[in-house]
Amino acid sequence: MHELSVAQSIVDIVLQHLPKEDHVAVKSVGLRLGEMAGIVPDSLEFCFSAITQGTPLEGAALEIEHVPLTAHCNDCGVDGNIEPTLFACPSCGGRSLAILSGREMQVKDIEVEESEGIR
Amino acid sequence: MSVITIERKVLEKNDEVARQNRLLFAQHKIFAINVVSSPGAGKTSLLERTLEHFAGRVGVAVIEGDVQTDIDAQRVAKYNVPAVQIVTRGGCHLEANLVHDALQNFDLTNVRLLIIENVGNLVCPSNYDLGEAMKIVVASTTEGDDKPLKYPAMFRNSSVLIINKIDLLPYLNCNIGTLRANALRINPSLTVFETSCTTGAGIAEWANWLTARATSVNA
Ligand SMILES: Nc1nc2c(ncn2[C@@H]2O[C@H](COP(=O)(O)OP(=O)(O)OP(=O)(O)O)[C@@H](O)[C@H]2O)c(=O)[nH]1
Ligand SMILES: [Mg+2]
Ligand SMILES: [Zn+2]
Repeated sequence: MHELSVAQSIVDIVLQHLPKEDHVAVKSVGLRLGEMAGIVPDSLEFCFSAITQGTPLEGAALEIEHVPLTAHCNDCGVDGNIEPTLFACPSCGGRSLAILSGREMQVKDIEVEESEGIR
Repeated sequence: MSVITIERKVLEKNDEVARQNRLLFAQHKIFAINVVSSPGAGKTSLLERTLEHFAGRVGVAVIEGDVQTDIDAQRVAKYNVPAVQIVTRGGCHLEANLVHDALQNFDLTNVRLLIIENVGNLVCPSNYDLGEAMKIVVASTTEGDDKPLKYPAMFRNSSVLIINKIDLLPYLNCNIGTLRANALRINPSLTVFETSCTTGAGIAEWANWLTARATSVNA
């Protein structure tokens, strides 16, 4: 269950990017998540909503962009989607693969709104 | 409503501390390994057997990661090597800063090989770089031969696979050839060892390989 610590890291990064002077509420957080990042999205969302209570991120939606596992095949040169449990080139069945995407775990952007709180 | 672009890696803080650890290991010519497995696959037993084989000839230090208790560090300290226990109190993996803090307990000048035993878990530790030279994944025969397919990230991120508890093969439905093939399918560059911590089979081969790797880094 490292989703809790991942959620905390996301919150820390977002807080660093909030404007210092203005009171804002974060409406959504855009997250890029690779298929092989080892994260269970439901559990991440649960942890995220739990730890953001009472912070400027309270109620913010976690908008996850899922990135498929893709690789370059060193045997036939094709780039393609890889089935994580097969780990073979979809074109020639080759096993010598250089991973191109699928391990991402990045905070992309946030949507913020002026909050009614004291200025 | 306005959008603020961020574009930062979620675990960048951990990666930065891992980079500092790696730098420290390079300065002191230390070969560091991060040993991962499911709970109970035999990480500590393997460590005990390996230390027994070294018999004090290799400068080793050990960091033990566990959710609770310092039992594993006590087991290892019996072999007269400096051992530090990190208790994660519920945390399912080690993070680079925990290792960084634990390193303060060692006199690194005499350490050539640092063995970090991660918390028993095949999912979470794969995301957290500790600054190690390589991950060693231990899979025991009692877990069945399909583990690599269920936890591809860990097998993909490891350099060495140790198949442990081979003494139990006669009693199990585990085909070691299938286990090997599944692991190599996920990661063709894995170096594979087969061991039994009960009989001692395969320990010398693994320990000698490890010594050779550690000394080639230190040379
Ligand atoms: N039969 C057999 N039992 C083993 C072998 N290696 C370890 N064991 C047993 O498996 C159990 C767990 O071993 P540990 O070395 O504590 O495993 P671990 O991976 O360090 O466990 P955690 O740190 O709790 O994740 C112990 O009862 C060991 O005696 C082996 O090669 N053969
Ligand atoms: Mg142990
Ligand atoms: Zn191919």
